[in-house]
Amino acid sequence: MRHDHIISAKQLSRADIEEVLDRAAEMDADPETFADRHGNALLGLLFFEPSTRTKMSFTAAVKRLGGDVVDLGTVESSSVKKGESLADTVRVVEGYADALVLRHPSEGSAQMASEFVDVPLINAGDGAGQHPTQTLLDLYTIRESAGFDDLTIGIMGDLKYGRTVHSLAHALTTVDADQHFVSPESLQLPRNVRYDLHEEGASIREHTELEPVLPELDVLYVTRIQAERFPDESEYRAVAGEYQIDAETLEAARDDLTVMHPLPRVDEIAHDIDETDHAHYFQQAHSGVPVRMALLDLVLGGDR
Amino acid sequence: MSDRELRVSKIRNGTVIDHISAGQALNVLAILGIDAGSGETVSVGMRVPSDRLGSKDIVKVEGRELSQDEVDVLSLIAPAATINIVREFDVVEKHRVERPSEVVGVLSCPNPHCVTTEDEPVESRFDVLDDGIRCSYCDTIVRDGIAEQIDVA
Repeated sequence: MRHDHIISAKQLSRADIEEVLDRAAEMDADPETFADRHGNALLGLLFFEPSTRTKMSFTAAVKRLGGDVVDLGTVESSSVKKGESLADTVRVVEGYADALVLRHPSEGSAQMASEFVDVPLINAGDGAGQHPTQTLLDLYTIRESAGFDDLTIGIMGDLKYGRTVHSLAHALTTVDADQHFVSPESLQLPRNVRYDLHEEGASIREHTELEPVLPELDVLYVTRIQAERFPDESEYRAVAGEYQIDAETLEAARDDLTVMHPLPRVDEIAHDIDETDHAHYFQQAHSGVPVRMALLDLVLGGDR
Repeated sequence: MSDRELRVSKIRNGTVIDHISAGQALNVLAILGIDAGSGETVSVGMRVPSDRLGSKDIVKVEGRELSQDEVDVLSLIAPAATINIVREFDVVEKHRVERPSEVVGVLSCPNPHCVTTEDEPVESRFDVLDDGIRCSYCDTIVRDGIAEQIDVA
């Protein structure tokens, strides 16, 4: 893989994806072998928005490779609070670290920041834009559980604002997946994502109900519908309820259906699914460490 | 155009933008950053009869030549425009606008959450599509109303 920065899933070819996932699988199988691989590496963490699993798993990943993090900390305690631009912040922090991980509420922030630095910059979420490392770990789980051949996937929930959905939909075009998008009309895919999928010649269909498409699916990827996307609480409740699943819902699904979720969930996946063979979302979250180890290994120059 | 039809006077030095799509003259002025307070001598003809376009707009600006970024954006709202550079009353250069592959500056992104709308040292940049433009930072696509995105700030 030859990318200076990891900004969008759109930049990843099938070969790039397989390379990251193959290396992640090696690291997952035998983490000890890689324990000192990047012994002096320092990863700069710039999280301008709250994050639990992305930040923790990047931290775990670089430490498992023998490196460490330098952390901007919270925005409230940093120079950003004094009005420093993002462009200035990344130019300063690149002097402290070998690679940067950025999460920022503005769309396009990672692209812009990458234009100001020479060290590799990884987008860990830019507003409603992209979240390519989440996509790589999603793909890792999909490849492990369902495989990429003849894949039929349903993606359900907030497709308009969900950046994990936007990144995943792009990446799934590289494996020619059949993609079914299930959402309320007000939260359908945004125009730019639809445009790209169309340009790629992707096989997509859009639905407002899960039921008709559920029996066909190899994978069901569920995302959270957030109350703040709706004008009032009652409208949210009416809509969100339509896109919640439980064990009974899945009786209509194939026995080997893989259910995924980028987490955190609220109530869109009932707890009675957790103990079934369908549930892959915790395994999906755990794979964040080996996948991010593999990605860091590649951007830090771990070619053998 | 005969003298009888000539509605705006000749300029000595500057730029004549001709064959502007009818009704777009004021947007052309906005692209050039010209408003009531700018100080340039400007002549504007709107819905002037044209053999080629039926009717057209025309803008003449004294003492001003256009930057490439301005010409690029101009091509999006007035694809048939011709640009004549005038020196000492003579047209010394004349060319048609060409649709560029990207436009930098001049327009602003309509997405309020786009990083280019914040106080960052970065110019707007759009890829030009067959039927619109697309922000190179946040991916937002603008199909209709490109003129509304002219940055008049």
